Amino acid sequence: MNLFDTDKFSEILHALGKNKLRTFFTAFGVFWGIFMLVIMLGSGKGLHNGVSQGMGDMATNALFVWTQPTSVSFKGFPKGRRYNFNNDDTRALRDNIPELEYVAPRLQAQNTVVRNERTGSYNIHGDYPDMNEIDPVNILDGRFINNNDIEQKRKVIVIGKRVKNELFDADEDPMGDYLRINGVYFKIVGVFSSKKNDRQAENENQQIFMPFTTMQRTYNFGNIVFWYSMTSHKEIPASEALGKVKKLLRERHSVAPTDDRAIGAFNVEKEFKKMQTLFNGINGLIWIVGIGTLLAGVIGVSNIMLIVVKERTKEIGIQRAIGATPLAIQTQIVLESVFLTSIAGYVGLVAGVGLLELINYMLINFGASGEMFNHPEVDFNKAVSALVVLIVSGALAGLIPARRATQIKPIDALRDE
Amino acid sequence: MIVLKDINKTYYTGKTSLHVLKGIDLKINQGELVSIMGSSGSGKSTLLNIIGMLDNHDSGDFCLNDEKIEHLSEKKAAFYRNKFIGFVFQSFNLISFKNAMENVALPLYYQKVPRKLRNKSAMEYLEKMGLAEWAHHLPNELSGGQKQRLAIARALISRPKVILADEPTGALDSETSIEVMKIFKEIHASGITILIVTHEREIAAETERIIRLKDGRIESIIENGQRKKWLESQHMA
Repeated sequence: MNLFDTDKFSEILHALGKNKLRTFFTAFGVFWGIFMLVIMLGSGKGLHNGVSQGMGDMATNALFVWTQPTSVSFKGFPKGRRYNFNNDDTRALRDNIPELEYVAPRLQAQNTVVRNERTGSYNIHGDYPDMNEIDPVNILDGRFINNNDIEQKRKVIVIGKRVKNELFDADEDPMGDYLRINGVYFKIVGVFSSKKNDRQAENENQQIFMPFTTMQRTYNFGNIVFWYSMTSHKEIPASEALGKVKKLLRERHSVAPTDDRAIGAFNVEKEFKKMQTLFNGINGLIWIVGIGTLLAGVIGVSNIMLIVVKERTKEIGIQRAIGATPLAIQTQIVLESVFLTSIAGYVGLVAGVGLLELINYMLINFGASGEMFNHPEVDFNKAVSALVVLIVSGALAGLIPARRATQIKPIDALRDE
Repeated sequence: MIVLKDINKTYYTGKTSLHVLKGIDLKINQGELVSIMGSSGSGKSTLLNIIGMLDNHDSGDFCLNDEKIEHLSEKKAAFYRNKFIGFVFQSFNLISFKNAMENVALPLYYQKVPRKLRNKSAMEYLEKMGLAEWAHHLPNELSGGQKQRLAIARALISRPKVILADEPTGALDSETSIEVMKIFKEIHASGITILIVTHEREIAAETERIIRLKDGRIESIIENGQRKKWLESQHMA
């Protein structure tokens, strides 16, 4: 059967055009349902984007481990003892815990940085190349720290965007130039920008990376490691790796096995999962409310179709008298319902996406995007599935009226005035 | 062509029941022009509706074109109606938002005849009915006689074996009634069986056979030859 011939459409348009106001309000129900669904989905996504961009591209299984004063006396040591991680720990971690993919020992110091007449105070990080795998930055120019830098303890640095902007003129190329940090000159081999947003990005853009080994030696840190950034291998839960890391470090630093405070740790995976659960919850709620609203619209359509069928009883009787099969009548009514819901739903979809784009445009142009909300959007798959839901629900909405239309005997239908 | 044996039909409305047809035996041959007369409530429309498969009988045998009509699915009934039968109603029953040509073409639409072909065919029938220049007018722009001619064209387009007309002149003045009857006779001359339900004697008088119903039973069947005699007896009464 040809679903899309002109006769069917002229009939659909006639039936819906008969009572334009009623058709409009019916369509509005569906329009509003899908419009709200899109807006809510987009906002949920915006919230998600805002929060997850706060983390940049940080590995979701990243671990951070640092020392804290002990809280339990052990092996003759009093409690409240302070200790430091060191290069031997780094080797031990690498050698003994195969669950770890990247291990990046880190140093950090706030220092005055000088270039000619200009100075600034920036955070200096001593890092391994691994760091750019765990919590990556955008390399705008040049490169990040590499293994040769580490081995040869080169005096090279990678500077943040803001450092460059403050110490260099717009037309100057910082690459290959030197900065004096605490009296020592370093050669700039790269410029980066943060992948995060808002305040976190601002902080990161003011950072300077130098090789970990260079920093240790140049500024007399000895073999001290401030803290570790690590990731577990993709298939291994970060918490499992963390357990082993803690155990090893406890043994190496004579920390009581019962002392939970002596080793500070932050498990991104755990936080990430918490966040994920939260967003799944929000998303679930959005779908429930959205589908509910949509359902109300669809029931409205079904209701109106019932009235339309009632009004057209006689016409349907005539059509059946001259040979329309029940299937032909039912198809017609279901098509009408699908037509109405699809058009209204499509308009709602477009309006919803349009509004999201407008919000997005304003967020970008007025710099309003923040830590909590960024780039609201509805992905294509969701839009398509919403449309499919619409068409299916339109068909369902038409089904009951369609059955009603053919339940009545043709002769009774013909007698209807 | 049409054979009815002991057809019974009862309508139920709530607790009351109405025995409308009480054992109708009737045979109508191919190519006959027959009228069914009777006062209102005599069951003449019900009989026509059963023959047209718009309604179903409770008991008895009904054969159309040598096929027994029994427990028809709606789909099958629609198929038979479309293929064998053309309906003409008192109130025309045209689709108000379709123009004359589309109305006539509608039965072919349900036969899935391509649009161009069915419109061409519709135009031919409109021409035969003298309505070619009204092809693109809506039904409510036509006069009563024109509407009925349109309905007849629609009934004819699927080349049915039988035309069933329920009070086809009931809504027309006498002049147009004569005109419509003339058309029926022309159609009859082409070999199509025609059954007309009417309460107008002048209309019935134009047919070959008059079946008179009273209270759900066939009161009398008056053959062509006896028609004049019957008319005279009516006048004398």
